Amino acid sequence: MIEVRHLKKSFGAQLILDDISFRIENSESVAIIGRSGGGKSVLLKHIIGLLQPDAGDVLVDDENIVAMNERQLLRVRRKFGMVFQGAALFDSMTVAENVAFGLRRHEHLTEAEIAKRVAATLDMVDLPGTENKNPAELSGGMRKRVGLARAIIYEPQIVLYDEPTTGLDPIVSDSIDKLIIRVRDHLNVTSIVVTHDMRSARRVGNRVMLLHEKKIYANGTPEEIFTSHDAVVRQFVDGVADAKETII
Amino acid sequence: MRLNSRAGKTQACLLNLEAMNFLAGTWLGEWLAGLGRITLLAREAIASALTFKFSRRDVLYQIYFIGIKSQSVVLVTGAFTGMVLAAQTYFQFHKVKMDTATLAVVSVSMCSELGPVLTALMVAGRVGAAIAAEIGTMRVTEQIDALRTLATHPVDYLVVPRLIASNIALPLLTIESMCVGIAASYFVGVYLLGIEPTYAWWNMLKYSHDSDVLIGLVKSVFYGGIIALIGCYKGLSCGVGAQGVGRATTEAVVYSSITILICNFFLTMVLEQLCVILGI
Repeated sequence: MIEVRHLKKSFGAQLILDDISFRIENSESVAIIGRSGGGKSVLLKHIIGLLQPDAGDVLVDDENIVAMNERQLLRVRRKFGMVFQGAALFDSMTVAENVAFGLRRHEHLTEAEIAKRVAATLDMVDLPGTENKNPAELSGGMRKRVGLARAIIYEPQIVLYDEPTTGLDPIVSDSIDKLIIRVRDHLNVTSIVVTHDMRSARRVGNRVMLLHEKKIYANGTPEEIFTSHDAVVRQFVDGVADAKETII
Repeated sequence: MRLNSRAGKTQACLLNLEAMNFLAGTWLGEWLAGLGRITLLAREAIASALTFKFSRRDVLYQIYFIGIKSQSVVLVTGAFTGMVLAAQTYFQFHKVKMDTATLAVVSVSMCSELGPVLTALMVAGRVGAAIAAEIGTMRVTEQIDALRTLATHPVDYLVVPRLIASNIALPLLTIESMCVGIAASYFVGVYLLGIEPTYAWWNMLKYSHDSDVLIGLVKSVFYGGIIALIGCYKGLSCGVGAQGVGRATTEAVVYSSITILICNFFLTMVLEQLCVILGI
């Protein structure tokens, strides 16, 4: 269970998140939508303790991670897997070494067992036989799949996705969405997907939250959000530019 | 009495806060803050190293990168420093008929000063820059955040192996530089300048002491720590984008070099006195 209470965050004089509160139950799949630069990724990084809030609390299984130092956070982070927007693969390592990273660091397995787990996880993300490739040889979609394989190999309870389909063509985006759903259903994990891809949010989320003007503006099922008549929600869901921002 | 003491403490705290506010945003304030952060990084790295959380494989790779890959620069620097020192010393000593003292001067200089300092400066240029660039690039491409999400402390994984490897490699490179410098000076002195080899060798052994080598090695351990810590710190705290990585790389080399030169003076003063006290 993840609970965020009255979270506030500023960078310098710029307020990014203002009094954010929500709760995510185990095995739930939540899509956080909002405009680019609206603080979605910042919110996600607070959930895993990569950023410290100016005020407020973040509770993971009833433990307040805001009060923890970096070493104490390591224990809590074993519950998480995170897929980064740019994949953030370790470029000095092969695909297999990237995927096996968490296993090697935290589990005492033989090389044969590690190789077996890596092959099975790469198979799950539809990238069999890519163990010896370097990250530089992979396409954007493949890199995100490897990032996902790295995040799920040690079977975390919660998987965070930061813009998993950004920069990908619609076909690859569709395959990534299916992959997120497959991971959610097979591993029974709690998923939090930050995205501004409405189609993706609708498909992967059991619940959708709209971050607008530094606050959670709307929070409901995909049906509630996508059939809402609220002007702000409608504008975002339909992808209509603000008249003031439209360049003629 | 207790109230007075508490009031005194409060006043002292307020004065400290005022002093901090006064320094905030100034060059001195930034410098002091940076110094504080490097000290905290050093403390964290040493504490982590003592718990043996690092991977031996990573340490070996870093020893290879810092030690083996720095061979060419250290050999060339050591050899030519020894050669030019021998030639210059000979030209001055020859005027007062002290030719055979040339190698003694070279030996003492190479062991206690030039060997450790020049080796450290060359390694700072090559390795310090590489460490800052590698870790800086990892930071701007979110690889450090990825490490943290994989429940791995960046200090355990990135800083500790480099710090240990640097502390092992620098003394070895320094010994190599001393040997090559003395050998090169012997070659120049005896074969090019015509110094009588037996007396030159005898004088060198007479005036060079164990303490000179020991001081050089102790210094090199400190310099290894300085290079690794400043390189890692600059990488971990680098700004965004290619410009941030470029600046971190430059600053790592400049700050390491300046710190090495400043520390060299203080280490010389302290270690010489220590050798006298301990009778080494």
